[in-house]
Amino acid sequence: MGGKTAAKVGQSGLDKKTLLNFLHQMLLIRKFEDKAGELYARGKIAGFLHLYNGEEAVAVGAISALEPHDLVITHYRDHGHAIARGLDAKRLMAELFGKATGVAKGHGGSMHFFDASLGFYGGWAIVGGHLPLAVGLGLASNTLRKNQVILCIFGDGGTNIGYFYESLNVAKLWNVPVVFLCENNLYGMGTALHRASAIREVYRKAAVFDIPAERVDGMDVLAMREATVKAVAHARGGGGPYFLEAMTYRFRGHSMADPILYRDKSEVEEWKQRDPIILFQQRLREEGVLTPQDLEQMERETDELVADAVKFAEESPEPPLSDLHEDIYANP
Amino acid sequence: MPMITYREALHHALREEMTRDERVLIFGEDVVAYGGAYGVTSGLAKDYGEKRVFDAPIAEGVIAGAAVGAAMGGLRPVAELMTINFALLAADQIINHAAKVMHMFGGQMSVPLVIRAVGGGGAQLASTHSQSLEPMFAHVPGLKVVTPATPADGKGLLKSAIRDDDPVLFIEHALLYRVRGEVPEGEHLVPLGKAAVKREGKDITLVAYSRMTLVALQAADLLSQEGIEAEVVDLRSLRPLDTETVLASVRKTHRALTVEEAWRTYGIGAEIASRIQEEAFDDLDAPIRRISGVEVPLPYAKNLEQAAIPDAQRVMKAVKEIFARTGG
Ligand SMILES: Cc1ncc(C[n+]2csc(CCOP(=O)(O)OP(=O)(O)O)c2C)c(N)n1
Ligand SMILES: [Mg+2]
Repeated sequence: MGGKTAAKVGQSGLDKKTLLNFLHQMLLIRKFEDKAGELYARGKIAGFLHLYNGEEAVAVGAISALEPHDLVITHYRDHGHAIARGLDAKRLMAELFGKATGVAKGHGGSMHFFDASLGFYGGWAIVGGHLPLAVGLGLASNTLRKNQVILCIFGDGGTNIGYFYESLNVAKLWNVPVVFLCENNLYGMGTALHRASAIREVYRKAAVFDIPAERVDGMDVLAMREATVKAVAHARGGGGPYFLEAMTYRFRGHSMADPILYRDKSEVEEWKQRDPIILFQQRLREEGVLTPQDLEQMERETDELVADAVKFAEESPEPPLSDLHEDIYANP
Repeated sequence: MPMITYREALHHALREEMTRDERVLIFGEDVVAYGGAYGVTSGLAKDYGEKRVFDAPIAEGVIAGAAVGAAMGGLRPVAELMTINFALLAADQIINHAAKVMHMFGGQMSVPLVIRAVGGGGAQLASTHSQSLEPMFAHVPGLKVVTPATPADGKGLLKSAIRDDDPVLFIEHALLYRVRGEVPEGEHLVPLGKAAVKREGKDITLVAYSRMTLVALQAADLLSQEGIEAEVVDLRSLRPLDTETVLASVRKTHRALTVEEAWRTYGIGAEIASRIQEEAFDDLDAPIRRISGVEVPLPYAKNLEQAAIPDAQRVMKAVKEIFARTGG
């Protein structure tokens, strides 16, 4: 599969608390997603719902490399990124329920999570459309001397649209501090990468703009962190954009509407052998960082967080009808 | 008051706002060495530095998208798209992003940006370079669309647009850059969303915007010689749309004709006519009529192009028909 794998846990230089927190976040994302899928089937959540199962290590590893004042901007498959960035699971679930307490007051839904106070600048649902925004945010960071790095996340499908090339070109030209992170899960909806992209190594598409680019094992949370730490340092140091291609796989369908007719069960099973959560648990156990009690406690805590989120969402009010006419303009 | 051109008035507006607010910056196609396709940004890079005035590649999607991102990041960008025809390549960013950020994310953030583009025909640039696409954009809630007709309004509206906290599509007209007019020096603001009565009259209301305001004024002068006093309302902003000024005029004149360069079907005139009949039906002495660009791709040949763009003669003819039908 290729992609750099990080050194052993013991050599990662990270303390136990940080390592356990990574596992905690990945578990929370997985459980949040499973619950969201279940609630969708029960009609509590509507619209498009794109789940992140299987890709948790990408969000958790990469976002852990950011400072609080940095920004995350991502595509519509945004639940994992939001949780990894620390958005409140309660308010995320409420957003899925279309409730007033949601992170976008119920105006955005699954694809449009947003929390300005945490530097989470959206979920965007036009494929590739947020890459130019990342360039603009990088421009603002440079112009206003904010020393901010913008982590811009998108899928492999998003590397075939004109925006991708236009944005990489301008990012390099304007030397903006943007880390482009492609989640290569090998499919854009039901179209395999090799049917949509003339080259299969996505990172090579960035290399033509003289942007440093590399492939990372997206099933390895520590590899993701290590690569992103390097990329962020490059961008923050004035080196301009950096490109990461995370090799990963989504375990579930593209959205809840997807009957998954385009890939073999054996392929899915093979990738599930590399479940990022199981792999990381194993490594932490081998290194003696994770005890069975730790894990048990973590399972319980994350179950509770998800249950609380659902309860909060259920009990929250719908947005008032007056919302329909508010916030269209800042200066009406 | 100094008489300056529309181009100079816009230039002054940019200069004054850049001086006033460090967060204002300009980027777009050919804004530095070339000075903007129509010369509006000429000299600004030299005076304000290339950190605040810089070229972008011919990549409209990224120009508009970077403006949205820059605005979210705390700047007040003025992005230049060269012409409205090319705004079609940026329509996704303008409509799907700029117009959505505020409401879709629950009011957490607005995007104070201006996108400048040139619209309109009449320079024999043929069908891909001569369009009046403002109705398409004015259709979209979340956007503001401004179309100045005079140098003074050009300056005042551009300054207001830059200070506004919402995304503004600022559409200049290709044939107006050399038009001169009196323009107040220094602070001169024209509010967005306010129409102006550009000529008073008691007999009929001509509702126009952008260059068609000048055409309507010309027609009004000619009509005056024939004893018809037309009132000319310049909409100035298409969204927000100032219906009140239009209604007040129609309540006085009891007749209305809309004049637009854009195509007729689903157009600005249709919207104005609808609003008048909803609010002031009983004040009308005659059906509202519309003059608009002929519904064809605008051809290159001079005679064909001229025949497709409304002029004072067509306006006069329509006005006379209205009076012939209803009596003076
Ligand atoms: C411009 C645009 N075209 C098409 C779509 C419909 N669409 C939504 S997601 C998607 C697939 C994107 O795949 P990828 O970028 O690889 O992300 P993934 O879903 O695999 O995470 C498509 C075609 C869209 N949202 N935007
Ligand atoms: Mg994909």
